[in-house]
Amino acid sequence: MSGRGWIKTAAVHMLLALTCAATLYPVLWVVKMAVSPLESLSLSANPFPQHPTWRNFAAIVGAVDSSGRWLFGRNLLASLAVSTGTTVVGLFLAVTAAYALSRFKFPGKQAGLQALLISQMFPATLMLIPIYAILQRLHLLNSLGGLVLVYSTTSLPFCVWMLKGYFDTIPRDLEEAAVMDGATHWQAFVLVVLPLSRPALAVTALFSFMNAWNEFILAATLLNDATIFTLPVALQRLVGEYKVEWGMFAAGALVVSAPVMALFFALQKHLVGGLTAGGVKG
Amino acid sequence: MNAIASLVVFASCLLATGAQAASPLKLWHAYRGAEEQALEKSTKLFERETGRAVELLALPYDAFAAKLIAAIPHGVGPDVFIFAHERVRQFARMGIVDPVDGAIDRRAYFPNTVDALVVDGKMYGYPLSLKCIALYVNSRLVSRIPETTDEWRAMLARMSSPKENRFGLAYESGDFYFHAPFLFGFKGALFDESGRAIFDTPEMAVSLAFVKRLQDERLIPEEASGALVKTLFNDGRAAMVISGPWFSGEIAKSVPFAVFPLPRVSETGLPMRPFLGVEAALVSARSTDREAARKLAKFLSTGEASVVRAVSAGHVPADRAAYDHRAVREDKLVAAFRRAAENALPMPNTLEMARVWEPMKLALQGALKGGVPPSGAGALADRRYRALYRPKPERASGVPYVVLAGLAAALGLYRARREVLSPELFSKRYPDAARAARYVAPAAAGIFVLVFIPFVYGAGLSFFHHDSGLYTFVGLGNFVDILASRGYRINEPLSFYFTLAVTMLWTAANVVLHVVIGLSLALILRDPLLKLKGFYRVVLIVPWAVPNYITALIWKGMFHRQFGAVNGLLQALHLEPISWFTQFSTAFAANLVTNTWLGFPFMMVVCLGALQSIPAELYEAAEVDGATSWQKFRNITLPLLRPTLLPAVILGSVWTFNMFNIIYLVSGGEPGGATDILVSESYRWAFQRNEQYGFAAAYSVLIFLVLLTWSSFTKRLTRGAQDASS
Repeated sequence: MSGRGWIKTAAVHMLLALTCAATLYPVLWVVKMAVSPLESLSLSANPFPQHPTWRNFAAIVGAVDSSGRWLFGRNLLASLAVSTGTTVVGLFLAVTAAYALSRFKFPGKQAGLQALLISQMFPATLMLIPIYAILQRLHLLNSLGGLVLVYSTTSLPFCVWMLKGYFDTIPRDLEEAAVMDGATHWQAFVLVVLPLSRPALAVTALFSFMNAWNEFILAATLLNDATIFTLPVALQRLVGEYKVEWGMFAAGALVVSAPVMALFFALQKHLVGGLTAGGVKG
Repeated sequence: MNAIASLVVFASCLLATGAQAASPLKLWHAYRGAEEQALEKSTKLFERETGRAVELLALPYDAFAAKLIAAIPHGVGPDVFIFAHERVRQFARMGIVDPVDGAIDRRAYFPNTVDALVVDGKMYGYPLSLKCIALYVNSRLVSRIPETTDEWRAMLARMSSPKENRFGLAYESGDFYFHAPFLFGFKGALFDESGRAIFDTPEMAVSLAFVKRLQDERLIPEEASGALVKTLFNDGRAAMVISGPWFSGEIAKSVPFAVFPLPRVSETGLPMRPFLGVEAALVSARSTDREAARKLAKFLSTGEASVVRAVSAGHVPADRAAYDHRAVREDKLVAAFRRAAENALPMPNTLEMARVWEPMKLALQGALKGGVPPSGAGALADRRYRALYRPKPERASGVPYVVLAGLAAALGLYRARREVLSPELFSKRYPDAARAARYVAPAAAGIFVLVFIPFVYGAGLSFFHHDSGLYTFVGLGNFVDILASRGYRINEPLSFYFTLAVTMLWTAANVVLHVVIGLSLALILRDPLLKLKGFYRVVLIVPWAVPNYITALIWKGMFHRQFGAVNGLLQALHLEPISWFTQFSTAFAANLVTNTWLGFPFMMVVCLGALQSIPAELYEAAEVDGATSWQKFRNITLPLLRPTLLPAVILGSVWTFNMFNIIYLVSGGEPGGATDILVSESYRWAFQRNEQYGFAAAYSVLIFLVLLTWSSFTKRLTRGAQDASS
């Protein structure tokens, strides 16, 4: 290796290390707040904790309500139910719609595709009040089922676009061959196309799950029962306008983020392929 | 359609909680800590006495009113809720609270607490406790109680030490609730004879100047939040605190304290007069069991429940009989706050009072942080007041609009008919239409119900004016008001054009930073020989995996003036700490940094994917031709990246344009709404300024139109890119 090449490599690593440090700094800061006994209030840039304690975590995970019900457990269960439900329902809706948009000609197809994109532009505040009224008609206010329906439809446009883009890259010959061999269209779709789209499906599922897991404005508005609150709503109580319990909030933030981060990293190798071959490439 | 219906049924069976028969009484509140525990104790007593179960729901204070207003009319609200009296008039007008006359003995409570709950002769709710703020002192640090403000200031000067981050006094100086005692102590008035709020008065200027001086001499901390006040007092770094009874539950066991009325203002000889608030148990107008609800509310306001509240949460009971108990009579905290309440000024329960807060917040921030002279802050508040509560647009006739809508619908139908009319042509052109319909139906049904209908409903709202549950049709009145910038200058933060410009700047700056950082990192990480590549990539996408509201709150903490990590870094570099949210440029920068941290990984991943799809042969061929790295980038990478990158950029720009969480949670629009973007502005009109839903909807429609224009412009761009690449 020549001297210049060495310097260049070192510079590249320096740059990357600096960027990584900047990326991790806030995360370390949260960890520090979460494990610090009193709120760390000294003006200090040091992101490493001095006297770690697990008290905040114990308080978050052990939260119970006045009748002794284990709130954290219920909130975790609610979050899991909503996110899984959203992923399943959302994926089912997105996959079928995206397939039709990719393969069939029908009236209103172009308009439908445009409408999907445009619906991303509705500000959520415009939708909040009417969604409330509609869910009341459906008797789905204050229920996790209602939340699942809202989440899976609101994340639908992005999922459909991404999957449609991916389906477009899969040659039609494969399904046609399957149909020749006596499969129905539905079988060809389920047995041939879907297995080939695994990266895009993984990414879509990940997005649906993350969306539902992280959302709190709708959840806080639609749910009225502390035992079915999702985790972000439970967390929201710690950061009121008048009182912020930073230590508890930080611990809660880590607890809430951990599962979705784990999922994210498990699926991240699909991200590159799933995203770019798919939706973002209109 | 079938599929979606069965899904709905399935999902609701599986997940809905549903209300069962003989359901427990629902009680909503915003208490925390000791107050919450006291309430739990009282409801336990009620359950034991009546056998009726009570289900408590604690809500964050800032979301409480909006939640009540949404839930109660839809029949999913509580039976009883606890709220301060100042919004009772509004609740009564909206028909969400029930009068309790006939079921209450007014004489059992202090007369001023009864008056606070009376609207047009009817009494709403059972008064629980009196609340006002007073002076907490750390008895270890303070030996003498100041009588006058001159004496007070001299004491504070002795006890403060800016270098050690120690203050004589700490209180939430940016909140008008805490400033009110100063204003009234200086003989200021908040309403003129006709009852309209007034801000631009000499007394206002004097009271602001007084506080500004305290801050300039570093006797009180800047930008103090409730959390900061609490920590300073508990650490012994604030000798005195101005706060209410709820604060007693937050004080550490090791800190000895006592409570006293606020001192007299030396200049006027008047005592500093805080607002008097009356907390009450209100009965919902939609309670399914009114008798039981009233019983619960009454139970909470009298007897043993009052005693529990007084003794364990330091409340001052409104119930006279509570003082027959020795425990209450001899409780020092209760006595102290009762004494402080003697000077307090009952807060009017009028709409006009509710309108004071936002303009006053602006005045306080302008005077304390924004460099506005105290004498000019009142005028600032007055202008904001006039802009926020502009006169209602005139009622319009719906006829022309209905005719227009009818014509448009007829035209659309006519066009569609031509397509469908000849079945032969149709089935020839679209051989798969029936099958496609089956595939699309579930998604289309979902989108129709939960995206399309809400959109039409929301857009429809923009033609109405909303006031306390009453909608009036005003045609394009809201749009005219917004676009004509009525009530404020075009270059003021509240004007549509100013906010639009900020939003565009925000979007452009973010997208550029995301793409530049994302692309640079992707180019570096593409190198197949780079060591530790996997590690770097995993670390660099961490921000994407963190929920963005958590990111926002973390960064808000990091930008804190006194204790944030960013100022810590600046200090380590021997730079002056910056007060990030007092100037437009720094507040905007704080938002931008947060959103850049959050957003670059997405672009990086998109770029990585796109780079992978560029065939290596192209570069090899270029190298053979002796191209430089820049030429390779310019002539191969960029053009081939364009078709992938462009849609990502467009999508990213739409998301950023509507990025509510970051703006709302990091800068919160500070200073004075200048960093608000259109979407957060729309949210404020809907939920923070007396529920002006129609006006907010008009804002949202305008946002939609702006983005629609943008997308039709970008459509041409993408088409160009696709042509270029094919």
